[in-house]
Amino acid sequence: MAEFPSLTRRAALLGAAASGSLLMAGSGAEAQPQRPSELKIGITTFLSGPASVFGVPGRQAADMLIEEINREGGIGGVPLRAFYVDEAPGTDHLVGEYRRLVQSEGVHVMFASISSGSCLACTPLSDELRKTTVLWDCGTQRIFEEARHPFAFRTQGYGTPEILAPLLYLLQHRPDFRTLAVINQDYAWGRDSWELWKTAMDALKPGVRVVAELFPRFNSTDFSTEITRMLALRPDVILSTSWGGELVTLIRQASERRLFERSLFVLPVAEASLPQLGRTMPAGQIIGARGDHWINHPEPRDPQALRRFVEGYRQRTNEWPIYPCHHMAQAMWALRAAYKRAIEAKGGGWPNDQELAQAFRGLEFPTPTATITIREDGQGLEDQIVGLSSHGDRFPYAVPEKMILYPAANVSTPVGQKSTDWLRTLKPEMVQQAGRPLGAG
Amino acid sequence: MRRAEPLLALAAAAAMVVAALAAPWLKFVLTIALAKGMAALGIMLLLRAGQVSFGHALYVSFGAYTVAFLAPTLRDSLLLLPVAAAMATALGLVVGLFVSRYRQIFFGMLNLALSMVFFSLLEKLYHITHGTDGIRVALPTMLGQALERTSFEWAIFGVALALALLFGWFARAYLDAPMGQALAGIKTRETRLEFMGVPARHVLLSAYVLSALMAGCGGAIIAMTTRHVTPLLAYWTASGELVFIAILGGAGGVIGPFLGAVTYELVRVYAAAILAEAWQAILGTVLLLVILFAPGGLWGMLAALFRRRRAA
Amino acid sequence: MVAWFEQNGLLLGLALLDGLAYAALVFLVAVGLNLVFGVLRILNVAHGSLYAIGAYTAASLGIALAAGGLGPWASLVALVVAAAVVGAVLGPLIEGLILRRIYGQEEVLQLLVTFALFMILEDVQKLVWGVQPVHHDAGLRWLGTVDVPFGGDVIPFTAYQLYVLPGVALLTLAGLAWFLRRTLTGRVIVAVTTDREAATAMGIDARRVFLLTFTFGAALAALGGALSSPTAALVPGIGAQTIVLSFAVVAIAGLGQIEGAALSALMIGLGRSIAVYFAPEFEVVMPYLIMVAVLLVRPQGLFGTTETRRV
Repeated sequence: MAEFPSLTRRAALLGAAASGSLLMAGSGAEAQPQRPSELKIGITTFLSGPASVFGVPGRQAADMLIEEINREGGIGGVPLRAFYVDEAPGTDHLVGEYRRLVQSEGVHVMFASISSGSCLACTPLSDELRKTTVLWDCGTQRIFEEARHPFAFRTQGYGTPEILAPLLYLLQHRPDFRTLAVINQDYAWGRDSWELWKTAMDALKPGVRVVAELFPRFNSTDFSTEITRMLALRPDVILSTSWGGELVTLIRQASERRLFERSLFVLPVAEASLPQLGRTMPAGQIIGARGDHWINHPEPRDPQALRRFVEGYRQRTNEWPIYPCHHMAQAMWALRAAYKRAIEAKGGGWPNDQELAQAFRGLEFPTPTATITIREDGQGLEDQIVGLSSHGDRFPYAVPEKMILYPAANVSTPVGQKSTDWLRTLKPEMVQQAGRPLGAG
Repeated sequence: MRRAEPLLALAAAAAMVVAALAAPWLKFVLTIALAKGMAALGIMLLLRAGQVSFGHALYVSFGAYTVAFLAPTLRDSLLLLPVAAAMATALGLVVGLFVSRYRQIFFGMLNLALSMVFFSLLEKLYHITHGTDGIRVALPTMLGQALERTSFEWAIFGVALALALLFGWFARAYLDAPMGQALAGIKTRETRLEFMGVPARHVLLSAYVLSALMAGCGGAIIAMTTRHVTPLLAYWTASGELVFIAILGGAGGVIGPFLGAVTYELVRVYAAAILAEAWQAILGTVLLLVILFAPGGLWGMLAALFRRRRAA
Repeated sequence: MVAWFEQNGLLLGLALLDGLAYAALVFLVAVGLNLVFGVLRILNVAHGSLYAIGAYTAASLGIALAAGGLGPWASLVALVVAAAVVGAVLGPLIEGLILRRIYGQEEVLQLLVTFALFMILEDVQKLVWGVQPVHHDAGLRWLGTVDVPFGGDVIPFTAYQLYVLPGVALLTLAGLAWFLRRTLTGRVIVAVTTDREAATAMGIDARRVFLLTFTFGAALAALGGALSSPTAALVPGIGAQTIVLSFAVVAIAGLGQIEGAALSALMIGLGRSIAVYFAPEFEVVMPYLIMVAVLLVRPQGLFGTTETRRV
């Protein structure tokens, strides 16, 4: 679906200064708005470059959900319409487009960003332009730990629980490991996630020897040198928070050269790559999903809703939904719940930006698998499920077994603290207490 | 046409102010376009000498990161800008002393290599630069005044416009002066220059340092406008974008690069709005068509129109 | 020094094995770029796109053949077939439709035309193959692994990495050397590389040589991509990375020099893997540092000859 430039933009480009509608946008924070004819959502996502492996599924999920919500009458009777922005060209383009969408298109809400860099650039804009911004996929803990953002809300988990949960699982599953190597992408997430892991590991199990810290170039296509090194070092455990094409390449090259026979892998972001890996993913490795939305979740809150979402996405795209699809869905459902709450609070009136933001704070909204609460600092509490990769007949790729669910509140940094400070205070008893096994096991 | 340049430049500046008044988001896009136009103007000077730098994103990003690092201490934008410019110029001088010995592909590739080294450092030195996350630039003051956001955006837009006019005027004078004229000598027959007693290396070096200064200023303005810098500013495609802008606008006159930059940014915005997943292909097609059918760039097209009307 | 070698000699040996395979891939891509640059004097940015398209085509073809019931050997054959097809189709298309129109123009315009092509092909690629990682390694798995002794341990390497990649690179190098020195067409290409004006004055049909060389260069880029496809998952953006690396090789090698391309690919490949072992911080900047160092000592590249100064 292509969006055609609205009249306002064309008029602006022609320099027709007369049109008053150009000036109104962005100033609506305190005004009493009318119910609009459509609810405009600006969505920033990767549509090109290597991270489009997440961005495009996210967009497809958004298109699907918008159609579905519009079929059911929209939000508060108003149909949704999305405007997409590609994150790949860089911050100057992204920030410019964010402004254009808010100030010229007059979007009612922004969904910002897969990359942490994009989120860190967009969130301060949400403060300045007073525009509610849903952080729909980025994971950096810096956002809410380094500043307050009254108009920004994250409708999913973030780096700290997503790293801590797999670590806790490892400590329960293989408590006696002594050596560990890490191979992460050399960029913010790769570095941050290692710092989180290392801090937590030193608190929960002091004395583990880190035999190699490998940070191959971001977007590498060849890890044979790194794999040779790990084959020679024989660490008990290999951690990698890599994703996308790089994770697929790493796992294949490692399995071709039988590295899985020597070391246990911990892959906190594996879920998104599993459909691509198919049967080549070795069994028995620790895998995470950046959340609880595994396709084989044994006890989801609403099994029918989960099945409907998965089947709908499969029919539409011929692909299996991966975590960016679920995260996009969470953002949409949160938006619907927040508007419902705001409209109710206003006795049926249409909320302004301030009132919409207020409705997000403390919001509880259902997902097919659980319920997510948005804390007072804007951070969403999403449970984490970690398990061991296994192959069965139901799916043509690896899914987890022996799952353990870690409730978000147990593994998230408390409001007002910094993750690394909090992780340092963890006690080894936590390993047995933080999670609960799911299903028959 | 040449005589009309100053008038045209002033008219274009006025048109930009009107456009920025009309739509707040356009003010942002135009500020970025002016900044990139400055950098492309520097590229154009080198093009006059027949040399293509595929690495000037180095100076843009260097200027931008200088602002990002110094903003907490210096605070004022009119302090940050000259410091960033000076830093970029100094870097340009050091690098220029080295690369001005080389020509053609070697010149281009060395520039590319150095900018890629800087790019890698920005990504690699995570604890200093925050890697790909980039650095947030707090709202600077202007002449000691703490402005609120909208006024600051106007101020920085004004600074960019003034700088663009200044650089345009200076580049015009420079190209008319013997030093600038000698640039064309490097392009055609460098040996002749040497016979005339003009050291070609110095000629190229002066243009190179000038281009680094312009790119550095552009980078500083980008940093103060987007207020978030990431290593992507230094990636080779960003350098390619600057050459793209210089050619799109046309190397025939000093307005060309700015014309190119505004067109580039607007085409990208439009392409992204119409077909978000294919903006690259659209930009590429525009570039291809311009080169195949109007190798003089937009400025060349305008000049041809102008001549035809005068002839008629 | 001696003590260091006793300690790290074995590791160094492993680094060499890794570096060799990497160098082979770098060489295949860069030699095509260098050949095209030598003859057409165009630094082809779209060479990276041809690499990517070659890789995707090989993977798709391999997947299709495997689905058709052919054995894993077919996937290996598919690598070469894909490269040939991509070269034969896209080479003449790009040269004939676009490059031919700008031969008389300034160098920067020629460079930018290929930059424009690169941008367009990036999106075309995405349109055809989507954004999810594509990969197919049946052939590589079929060839199995080789255990390389390491102290008391063994390190498995894939036979593909150990034999096929360096083997194909060596064959290509030898084949190219023979072709350029021993065949008439090859000599014509060399003649145009060395002195275009003199060659055309002697009645050489430059158009034909350009078409031929470009097609050949495109096929080499596609071959590099195809050979990398069994080891790497293909995603959007792989072309952009490859091309910068190839640029470095060309600058180090000197214009149009195939042996130079081989040597500089080797330097870059080994430099990178040694860096991964002993100084990981330098891995990324290694190619550029090598390039700057070489050009400091030899401003025309390793094998480049100084152009006569024209008055």
